[in-house]
Formats: sequence, C-alpha cells, structure tokens
Amino acid sequence: MIYWELFLSFLQIGTFSFGGGYAAMPLIQEQAVTLHAWLTAGEFSDLVTIAEMTPGPIAINAATFVGMRMAGPLGAVTATLGCVLPSCLLVTLLAALYTRYRSLPLLQGTLQSLRPAVVSMIAAAGLGILLSAFFVDGVFSLAAENMDLRAVLYFAAALYLLRRRRWNPILVMVLCGAAEVLVTVLLPLFP
Amino acid sequence: MPDPTPKKGAILKKLFFSTLYLSAFTFGGGYVIITLLKDKFVDDLHWIEENEMLDLVAIAQSSPGPIAVNGAILVGYKLCGVPGVLVSVLGAILPPLLLLSVISLGYQAFCSNPYVAALLRGMRAGVGAVIASVVVDMGGKIVKGRDLLSILLMIACFVLNYFFHINVVLLILGTAAFGLVRTWYHMRKEAKP
Repeated sequence: MIYWELFLSFLQIGTFSFGGGYAAMPLIQEQAVTLHAWLTAGEFSDLVTIAEMTPGPIAINAATFVGMRMAGPLGAVTATLGCVLPSCLLVTLLAALYTRYRSLPLLQGTLQSLRPAVVSMIAAAGLGILLSAFFVDGVFSLAAENMDLRAVLYFAAALYLLRRRRWNPILVMVLCGAAEVLVTVLLPLFP
Repeated sequence: MPDPTPKKGAILKKLFFSTLYLSAFTFGGGYVIITLLKDKFVDDLHWIEENEMLDLVAIAQSSPGPIAVNGAILVGYKLCGVPGVLVSVLGAILPPLLLLSVISLGYQAFCSNPYVAALLRGMRAGVGAVIASVVVDMGGKIVKGRDLLSILLMIACFVLNYFFHINVVLLILGTAAFGLVRTWYHMRKEAKP
C-alpha cells in the first residue's frame, strides 16, 4: 500500500538524518529515487531547487512533494507525519531528561562547554548564507563582477534596522526581498 | 524567570501561532528558525533564558530529524509539556506542508518566475543579517564572560566546522565529552581538601 510505504520511507529519513537539511538529502534520494522510483533524477533535482526556494525543513518539503505526487493530499500528510514522528518521540524524551537533570552539576558543566560550540555553529551557517548572497558563485572574491553589491547594501541596511532600531527580524527579511523585487521590476525601465 | 506566568491555554495559542509564523518565513535552513525562536521566546517574551535556549539548540542539532522541528519540540516541551510539543510541531509543519502541496501541482511556473527568484535573492541577505545579529549578541556575551577556554572552544569549533567541514553532530558530541571531563576534573579537585 502506497501510504504505508511512504510513511515507512520517510520514517527512516526522519530517523537517520542527523545534522540538518543537507545531511537528509542523500537519504531522500536513496528512498525516493533509488529504492522506490517515486521520482526521476531530474525531478529530484527540481525538488532540491524548490526546497531551497520555499520555507521549512528540506525533509518536510521532500515528504510533502513526494507524497502529494504519489498519493495526493493524504499521501503528503502521511509522508510528513512519518518524517517528524522520530523527532517527536526522541526529542521529547531528551527534553524531559534535560528538564529533569539540567541542574545536576556534572550536566551543568558539560552544557556550559557546549554553549560556545553552538554559537560558532550558528555563525558558520550564517556565514555560508551570507557568502551565497554576496558572491555570484558563493565563494569569497574581491572581483567586482563576482560581487552582488545590492545584496551587501541590503545586508548593511538590515543590520542597521535590526540592531539600532530593533525592528522585527521577519519584517526586515521580507523588506530585503521586497526591495530586490522592486529593483527587478524597475531596472528594465531605465536602460 | 517567566513572569507573570500566563495561562496554559494562552501559552499553547502563542506557541502555535509563533511556530506557524516563524516556520512560514524560515528560508535558508534550520538555523534561521532557531535564531527566530530565540528572538521571540528569549528576547521578546522572556519565557526562556538565553543559556537554556543554547542548550536546547545543542539538543536540536544533535538529534535526528529537521533542526526546525526539533527546536519547535524543545521549546514546546519547555513551555507546556507534551501538549506544547504537539501544538508547536503542528505549527512548524503546516506552512511547508500546505505550500509544497500547492507548488507540487505546478512547480515549473514557480521555479522559473523571475520575481520569486528576486524575492528569495533579496531575502537571503536579510536572513544573513538576522543570523549575524544574533551571533554578535551571543558571541559577545561569551567573549565578555572572559573565560579563555570558552572563547577558544568557540573559535576552534568555528574553524573545524566552517573550514574543515567536520560534521556538526560529531563536534557537539566531542565538545560535550570535553566538557564532561573538564567538569568532572574540577569537581574532583574541589572535593579534595
């Protein structure tokens, strides 16, 4: 039965994808393209593009996309539930353990060492996003033709609004996007 | 401290709409929703302490599954137990579920639309700024703490992760092991006269 197969496949993806979206990618490919032939290789690369263009975790996007194409809305829901069920069980258990034992001195000390590591990982992820925004091929270089100066401008403006004016981060993000749309609309008018 | 404590129903409602709203705007991966969750629940509502949030992020990263979903589960559990988990997971998965269902019906038009592409291009710079701002806040606090080992750990993890592409789960487990040994060593030293 297709619903059960979708559920089981995405249950496995949810269980074994450690470390965020890009780690889930090969697992999704194996399940949806290699094992079940739900998607062709071309459709899979479309899926990756769509997942990057839409909000939400890549694994959830993939589950919805594959489920919808194979078995309609109910398929999308089944696949998505399979994908989040392992997290719901395991992470809830970890949350309960954390709440219970966090005041233990040994755990306190351990967590204290973890905090700087967490900050640096957020920093690394942010830097990756920034480079892909600033440079055409996502690699640092000072050549003017490889740099998106508008993106640098949006970044500077956004940082000002966030830090000096304390604006809502989502509003700032959407304004950056709206500014680029406006430029795309207006630019052809001024040759 | 979360004061004054709101009613459970009010917390659940806030949880659902916050995760729904944040999830609808998390372009660019799990770290974005993590920074937005921090902004909402730590800086705005003061329902969670900053250090606790960092602990939750560490757990979210080192568990299987999407970081955004894991983060929502942890925040939900922290604020409202198991009902909180259900509500925040629902909030986190509804936007991508609905959006992708629609897009999967006609994705060629979506992918090749120049205005969609422009919106995303512009938003990427904004997302970068949001993360940079949060990193400056949190990193600044660690530097101000003047604990040399913490600062070194932060730099070392960044270099290993960014330049050497060491897996995040391995880094977290390694740092946790290091912290465990360090704490145990200090505790033993203090126990001796």
